[in-house]
Amino acid sequence: MIASCLLALLSYWHKNPLQIFAYLSGVALATALWSGVQAINLEAKVSYKAAAETLGEGQYDIIQPKQDRTISTADYVSLRKSGWLVSPVVDGYLHNIRLVGMDPLTLPSSFLFANANITNSIGETNIFEILLTNESTVKNLIKNVKVIVDQNVAPGMAVGDISLVQRLLKKDKITYLIVDPEQPLGQKELEIVTPHLTLKNIQQMTDISKLTDSFHLNLSAFGLLSFAVGLFIVHSTIGLAFEQRRAIMRSMRSMGVSIRTLIIIVTIEMIILAIIGAIIGIVLGYLIAGFLLPDVAATLKGLYGANISGNLQLRPDWWLSGLIIALLGTALAMSSQIWQITKLPILASAKPRAWMLVSTSHFTLQMKSAILLLTLGGICTILFEGLIAGFALLGALLIAAAASLPALLAWSLGKLQKSARTPLWGWFWADTRQQLPGLSLALMALLLAVSANIGVSTMVSSFRLTFISFLDQRLAPELFLQVSNRDQSIELNTFLSERGIEVLPLMSKEAVISKQPVELFGIKVGNTYRENWRFLDAIENPWDTLQDGSATIVNEQFARRTNLWVGDQVNIASKLTLPIAAIVGDYGNPKGQVIINEELFRNLYPQSYPARFGIRTNNPVKLQSEIINQIGIDNNSIIDQKSLKAFSLEIFERTFLVTSALNILTLGVASFAILMSLLTLADRRIPQLSPVWALGLTRSQIGKLELLRAVLLALFVVVFSIPTGLVLAWVLLNVINVKAFGWQLPMFFFPLEYLKLGFYALFASFLAATWPSLKLIRTPPSDLLKVFASER
Amino acid sequence: MVLNLTSIKKSYQTNEGTIPVLNGISLTLLAGETLALRGESGSGKSTLLHIAGALELPDTGSVKIAGNDISKMDDTGRATVRRRDIAIIFQQFNLIPSLTVASNINFQAKLSGPVDKTKVEKIVSSLGLSDQMGKYPETLSGGQQQRVAIARALVSEPKLLLADEPTGNLDERSSLAVLEQMLKLVAETDTALMVVTHSQNVAARMDKQVQLVGGKLT
Repeated sequence: MIASCLLALLSYWHKNPLQIFAYLSGVALATALWSGVQAINLEAKVSYKAAAETLGEGQYDIIQPKQDRTISTADYVSLRKSGWLVSPVVDGYLHNIRLVGMDPLTLPSSFLFANANITNSIGETNIFEILLTNESTVKNLIKNVKVIVDQNVAPGMAVGDISLVQRLLKKDKITYLIVDPEQPLGQKELEIVTPHLTLKNIQQMTDISKLTDSFHLNLSAFGLLSFAVGLFIVHSTIGLAFEQRRAIMRSMRSMGVSIRTLIIIVTIEMIILAIIGAIIGIVLGYLIAGFLLPDVAATLKGLYGANISGNLQLRPDWWLSGLIIALLGTALAMSSQIWQITKLPILASAKPRAWMLVSTSHFTLQMKSAILLLTLGGICTILFEGLIAGFALLGALLIAAAASLPALLAWSLGKLQKSARTPLWGWFWADTRQQLPGLSLALMALLLAVSANIGVSTMVSSFRLTFISFLDQRLAPELFLQVSNRDQSIELNTFLSERGIEVLPLMSKEAVISKQPVELFGIKVGNTYRENWRFLDAIENPWDTLQDGSATIVNEQFARRTNLWVGDQVNIASKLTLPIAAIVGDYGNPKGQVIINEELFRNLYPQSYPARFGIRTNNPVKLQSEIINQIGIDNNSIIDQKSLKAFSLEIFERTFLVTSALNILTLGVASFAILMSLLTLADRRIPQLSPVWALGLTRSQIGKLELLRAVLLALFVVVFSIPTGLVLAWVLLNVINVKAFGWQLPMFFFPLEYLKLGFYALFASFLAATWPSLKLIRTPPSDLLKVFASER
Repeated sequence: MVLNLTSIKKSYQTNEGTIPVLNGISLTLLAGETLALRGESGSGKSTLLHIAGALELPDTGSVKIAGNDISKMDDTGRATVRRRDIAIIFQQFNLIPSLTVASNINFQAKLSGPVDKTKVEKIVSSLGLSDQMGKYPETLSGGQQQRVAIARALVSEPKLLLADEPTGNLDERSSLAVLEQMLKLVAETDTALMVVTHSQNVAARMDKQVQLVGGKLT
């Protein structure tokens, strides 16, 4: 029985290929964008995990040399003899590949290089003579080394025995020592055995996967938005298919098919179709991910210094998530239809009705739900902290806007109908209003896409303006350079002072302040700081207080994470507590920063010296060459202001390239939703338009009016999208950014951008309506006449 | 006894209050027997037919179809009775537009199990549908569509055939032809038939005639 009924239901799609195409492409597009984003996120997370396993990042304390010092083999031996369970690591770059040398005999067992499975896979090969690397890196490695491919090694990296790596890097020093978590009692203090070395504990290290969480969450949110837009197509197609099959279902019920059986059959049918759509979507998702991954990799490298593999793999985690979300989306879209089946009286009218006759009360209910949702979203943001609450507000805002659209459209069209001066226009507005139920889902999808585009472009453009201004403030010096040792630092300072050149020396140290890993800076306050830096909040004369050592300046990220603001005391070190004199905006940097004057910094870290300098000069090219020639600083250690700004802006642009691509794809999906809705409804328009044709309007006139209707509806959506998008931008700038990255950005308006976007949306609607309109214009009169002959 | 209705009462709730439709109807129908149910529009003919077809339940009273008391069954049980013992022909032919004539005819019979092809061919042939089997319903005339609906109903070998204005949408000539074929097949298969009709001509062809007036049979 189930098979017969299933075939009867499926035969409907055979007679309506356009609807099955719309349905499958809806599921496929929704799944594609979601699974594409998930594939990217997963690839990144696998890379972080591989890095953690390869390097032990975030798992072990390490011992590293103090500034300007090194670790020798003798230091390592001394520490081992004193009872320290440490393992040496050599780290360096060769042909752009990070070579990591480790000692498999002393490494903690959680390291990949010490893992028994790896050792087994090596087999007969001598472990001391091979490099382990993954497939994407192997082709770039030097040829005269034996290489074993292991996908668990982090991308862009090769691991080998320390002696081999030292030989390859032509380096005899040790970069750092890994400290085993279980140390014996009674070992000598590090300061006594090796006073030039320092212990860095896990808390002081940045966990790359935690740091990048916000970035991946943002990507997921956009994936989800795209999925929601795609889901509108699915919902709209399922709704139409159910309406048109009410008669079939009634017949089945009268022939003895129970409600339970009918629900089972419909569910099986939808699962089959959802799986087909999801498979197509996963393939598309793979292509999208492959296209976007290089940009994401560049962003993560630029923004967080995280290396991720540029090669996409078909991992079950993401394609299964695509499949599951496609099934869940379909279940969501069909749940109301299933509910209708349970309520469907056996003898319910066989005429498709609900689609075309959704009453005004339905729209009013949607409007009320929108208000309720918005209130809940607001309450959620007030009551709960964190990014998820921010996204809940964002979601509530978008859904509320979409849900209230049909009611607002119906109201506006009612007003236009009343003000129409000719019968034709009166009919046009009334007919447009009648089309709303059938088109509302596609229009809602368009609203979501255009609003998201306006919101995100406002956010990105506001960010760009703020970021450029921030770069102008921060990158005021014409030259930036880094020295490699204390002597160079002293020599450079003397060299510049003798020439009366203003120099901004910078000392920095990673530290933990107020339980936050931060970068502590020691600076020499000069005119450049006073004239260029703009604060988000400050006391009067903040630089004076910083200069005399009676206050500190912190960045916004630190202030937000610790909830310490201007006037609050910050415990910088055991005997150093200072009030905050100013909070500075710091964009594109995920870390907290605390700034004190150089004297205080030297007191805290007597061994330190300025390693980075900003230099003010009218002739950077000449000065750069003098510094290279006279002090011997490597050309690669000097960068001019222009190049640094260009580099920073490039990172910025690449960061939002993925977002822009997802936005464009979402707009494309929304346009597709309109096309599909118009096409699927076109056939049902004939009985409605035939009487108008019979009354004297030509098919061409009717076709043009249909085209005009689609463009006018899109225009209304665009007008409604602008305030929605701006509110969205406000939420992104003031809620999401603050919670995700720790900075708040001022909001700017870009009317020309909105106009351009509006034009694209109208053009997309025009294109979408062209085909159905042409189809209508070419409808033979005999088809139109059938309506009167009751033969349809 | 194929159909046994005892003291059936049914009323509907409307905004204007409760409207009684059937007021203590009792009726029996034997195998091979034909019955015409007549009455004015709104007299409750279709309601009585739907109750007889296990499509609706009465407020009070007992409905026995082929020995099964359907008023004590749930939706699945009633669906089984409809599938096994009943076939209904509506005025709107209720064919599945996406299935061919052949698939439509076999559809109801397949719900209960394998289809007897010889029997199908005989019914199809006697209704003059042999040339139409590969076509879709939308390409057939009203009379042809109703004959497909009759074939579909009879192929499932029901004990009880219910027809609600089966020829109401057809012209007189087609109407008579369809009726003749239906009666002939019913007689051959010993099926009990209840026809709701306004037509005096149709009613005259049945074994029994009853009139529904004021919720009671006369």
